[in-house]
Amino acid sequence: MTRLKMPAPDQATLARRGEIVAALRRIVPGEGVIDTTAELRAYETDGLTAYRQVPMVAVLPETVDQVRQILSYCHANDIRVVPRGGGTGLSGGALPLADAVLLGMSKFNRILDIDYENRCATVEPGVTNLAITKAVEDRGFYYAPDPSSQIACSIGGNVAENSGGVHCLKYGLTANNLLGLEVALITGELIRLGGKHLDSEAYDLMGVVTGSEGLLGVVTQVTVRILRKPESARALLIGFPEIEAAGQCVADVISHGIIPAGMEMMDRLAIAATEDFVHAGYPRDVDALLIVELDGPAPEVEHLIERVSDIARANRASLVRASTSEEERLRFWAGRKAAFPAVGRISPDYLCMDGTIPRRNLPAVLGAMSDLSAKYGLACANVFHAGDGNLHPLILFDAGEEDQLERAEQFGAEILKLCVRMGGVLTGEHGVGVEKRDLMGDMFSEVDLAHQERLKCAFDGKGLLNPGKMFPVLHRCAELGRMHVHRGKLPFADIPRF
Amino acid sequence: MTELKPEDQGGVADAILSAIAGKTPMEVVGSATMRTIGRPLATALRLDLSGLAGLIFYEPEELVLSAKAGTRRSEIEALLRASRQAFAFEPPDFARLLGSNQGGTLGGMIAANLSGPRRIRSGALRDHILGFSAVSGRGEAFRCGGRVMKNVTGYDLPKLMAGSWGTLCALTEVTMKVMPAPETVATLLLFGLNDEDASAAMRDAMRSPFDMAGAAHLPADVARASALADIAGAGASVTLLRLEGFGESVAFRLAELRAGITAEQAVLDPQRSDLAWGEIRDVHLLAEPRERIVWRVSLPPSEGPRAMDHIRTAAPAAIGYYDWAGGLLWVSVPPSEHGSTQVIRGAIPPATGHATLIRGPESLRSSVFVFEPLPDPLAKLTQRIKQAFDPAGVLNPGRMYHFA
Repeated sequence: MTRLKMPAPDQATLARRGEIVAALRRIVPGEGVIDTTAELRAYETDGLTAYRQVPMVAVLPETVDQVRQILSYCHANDIRVVPRGGGTGLSGGALPLADAVLLGMSKFNRILDIDYENRCATVEPGVTNLAITKAVEDRGFYYAPDPSSQIACSIGGNVAENSGGVHCLKYGLTANNLLGLEVALITGELIRLGGKHLDSEAYDLMGVVTGSEGLLGVVTQVTVRILRKPESARALLIGFPEIEAAGQCVADVISHGIIPAGMEMMDRLAIAATEDFVHAGYPRDVDALLIVELDGPAPEVEHLIERVSDIARANRASLVRASTSEEERLRFWAGRKAAFPAVGRISPDYLCMDGTIPRRNLPAVLGAMSDLSAKYGLACANVFHAGDGNLHPLILFDAGEEDQLERAEQFGAEILKLCVRMGGVLTGEHGVGVEKRDLMGDMFSEVDLAHQERLKCAFDGKGLLNPGKMFPVLHRCAELGRMHVHRGKLPFADIPRF
Repeated sequence: MTELKPEDQGGVADAILSAIAGKTPMEVVGSATMRTIGRPLATALRLDLSGLAGLIFYEPEELVLSAKAGTRRSEIEALLRASRQAFAFEPPDFARLLGSNQGGTLGGMIAANLSGPRRIRSGALRDHILGFSAVSGRGEAFRCGGRVMKNVTGYDLPKLMAGSWGTLCALTEVTMKVMPAPETVATLLLFGLNDEDASAAMRDAMRSPFDMAGAAHLPADVARASALADIAGAGASVTLLRLEGFGESVAFRLAELRAGITAEQAVLDPQRSDLAWGEIRDVHLLAEPRERIVWRVSLPPSEGPRAMDHIRTAAPAAIGYYDWAGGLLWVSVPPSEHGSTQVIRGAIPPATGHATLIRGPESLRSSVFVFEPLPDPLAKLTQRIKQAFDPAGVLNPGRMYHFA
């Protein structure tokens, strides 16, 4: 594990561990409280495995009432809490703390209501993303966001991270597909946000809870909108001799008013790694490969396949191939979907980064990354959600080699800073967590961050929920609340006052 | 009333710092077109943000536009049209309904989270705000979000700004996601359906694979207020189902949709289609008589007819229509001391929906909850959020909720 500064464990809490375990057992009887080191190891990390920490104790409640009691107990006793969904997060959002209760929501795995009249499903937070689609697909419906971990990630975790997927540009992220949330606050109070209707009656708290990485509350129920599956879908495989042409092709597709269901780009190294692994039939003699998926009624899809093919040829594509069967469409995707494990085959370890940039800066960013690759002596493969500018550079390294992890992390941090300099952001869909926490100051000023932290204070004044994540320094709420008024200096001295 | 009209972010900060120092709360406006929505404010100061105007950048191929918050919507919408793009959430303009001046600003549009008929397909305004700069009620300039489509860096404060009615911050710059405008549009009209059958028809259409971009139902007593002869002259209720997209696709989906429907039908061409959806979006259909009170109710689509029935039974002079496939009711009631508040809110099913008083006299807006009252843990949390951004209570105090 590399050096990662986490909040110092509270010795008083650690000294009361036995008492805390007993109190939790009174709330969740039986095997729902885990306190042996061997069993706690199962929770020591999430999808960001470079960081590990065994929690003080883990608790797996089965009812909302138990969740409320656990939170209320921890709040009253100043005990930190780290919520956890499926444990697949890529930014360390569920990394335990040595002095915290790990609150696992995995037992909340029931689908509560499927309402086709109002096109929504209400589920418990531990239900997996894919399970929602599975539950409604026999009626021709699906849940749109499809993060690549969808077989294992939970919908509660998706809410916490505002998870995306390859269909975001057309169908939105998690935030755009939610109708309602039930959230337990750190005090144990329960709030309902939204429901089966549209739009918030007051402040859009569903909007801020989504993507809040477990720092504002614990999601106990989720209502998502479900969509009718498009009648048909076809994909285009398009190869380009240079990356600039691929970028221009993406811009031209959108300028023609076409929003594809998915638009993915891969660079030469990513193409080679995936082709070796799954033999999807990708061309090896191109610098950039685009997969463009178009969905909708068959006549629309036919029309758009033609238009996108024409745009690709106008941009000097060296290969334009349209899928002619569902099997072929899935094969086009097989390579892209296997890109991460494929890179895992050619390198002992890799770090997956997640910046977003304005698309037109893609050639410049890729050029600068290739310079960084030389500087750090580490290879880098790129997969890219081209439609929305979300870049996933995969930095290849060997943790067994001295200092390679550290070099990889520095390389990654430089890439993210580069994204910010180019008008982009630190994270498009994986979250800040612990991974990008210390880079927040590169994107936001102290005043910017203080305004975000005050929102945290409104939800969790004691700072007990998931501390050490998202913010480089978590200020005390009392300190943030102070007003700095320059009394001597009144800019509009002539206005009436009363 | 003293009006402060700063021309840059520093001026906005100075104005707010003065208000804090002088303990003089302010009414925050863009061009004040919606100032009659919300609890009336009795402030001695008004902060006018319309001086912060102008485009910052517009990159059509990146689907992004950034402008100062006081920029007129009409200016931006004309710019988008010239590149065959639009705000996908189809923001309404309530000028005629409210009898206010034309010419709302981007900041006002965001403060009200204005979303029109296409909201059921393309999301609300809050789904299209990418980033902003603002001065909070602490007098501090800050920003959040960005200019890219996909961003989870920090809390999503842009969504918090949408629908906060100027009670948290004075917006100074906003960055929005824009989308291609549909190549063409067609609207299928169904005549003579009762509310139940119309609601079922709209929900069937929404469950179809035809990708509806609008579904509304005008009972006969509302339809006759239409400016379109196709609708006003029907002498019956009119249900509207809208399809948008590429020409071939719209033609194909329209044919498929019609094949499954037996009710009497007609089709509106693009020009008349835009007029029809415009009067639904902007609530022209309930604009007159001017003294009537207008409510906006959001609820699960399947609950629409039951709620409307409840309202008509308890307030026989009420008229109203359905948008959002039945999930949005626009209701007009005659003037009365309490504006039929209990009737309207009593029609909302338990725990899912809300009603907002959009048009009503000042006396009514001072005495009832204009926005849906909040249950306790949520009310206290809302109050703490207000205090976090505006601890001195200088920005539109009490406009949404009046905290003790």
